[in-house]
Amino acid sequence: MTQTRRLQLKTIPMILISIILGPLGNVFLGKAMKSVGPVASGGIHDLIPIASRVLTSGYIWLGIACLLGFFIVHMLLLTWADYSYVQPATSLSYLSISILSYLLLGETISPLRWLGVTVICLGVFLVGRTSPSTTGAPHRA
Amino acid sequence: MREVILFFFIIVAGTGGELCVSRAMKSIGEVHDFSPKSILSFVLQSLRLPWMWMGIALMSLGFFSLLAILSFQEVSFVVPVSALSYAAGAFGAKAFLSERISQNRWIGIAIVCLGVTIVWWSRK
Repeated sequence: MTQTRRLQLKTIPMILISIILGPLGNVFLGKAMKSVGPVASGGIHDLIPIASRVLTSGYIWLGIACLLGFFIVHMLLLTWADYSYVQPATSLSYLSISILSYLLLGETISPLRWLGVTVICLGVFLVGRTSPSTTGAPHRA
Repeated sequence: MREVILFFFIIVAGTGGELCVSRAMKSIGEVHDFSPKSILSFVLQSLRLPWMWMGIALMSLGFFSLLAILSFQEVSFVVPVSALSYAAGAFGAKAFLSERISQNRWIGIAIVCLGVTIVWWSRK
């Protein structure tokens, strides 16, 4: 088995896990923050009540748990694959985030937004079709 | 305007943090063993690296900016626009991690940027 094939066999399942976990985390964060209300308009004195409302939301912790799982998978990936391969490849999640925010948050996604997301995925596909590692570590064939 | 500022932090601080983490991970080397014990030792080992902490600080800034923007904007708008971190990531990986970015990858990144522009137009 070639080095590249071996790398792909363990890289692809890990990427699939991160494609589900990352967007799910963001959807939960979105759900939590919508229940808190707009925070960027308030002053510094609003920070403590806002923080306490954020931290007592169950969804925020669910979101953080998903993102933590995503982060660990991501770190493991980065020990053997290049950053500029991992980041684009895991980012097929832009399609799953749209589907999940439509299904779980009831967001209406306009045709223009679907088009934009599809174009992003096309870009991601092209970016992802390159070698997992380019900096030439000694074990590479 | 507040969207632009928050997106700046999400993209630049978030990507900068990931680059720092990647640098830390590369100094640990490839993980072969996935037993709980070796994963724990891998986590402890990574927490001893300054690059790891720098990465965590920057990613935290990006994360709080993400929370702030999610409080008033849709997830299906915010997350696709943050795909601009592709461009930031490619420039950063080239400059900071000496990764070679192929022509195909640059083309892909340009298409991602086009997609982000279209999603931006869909802003409500």
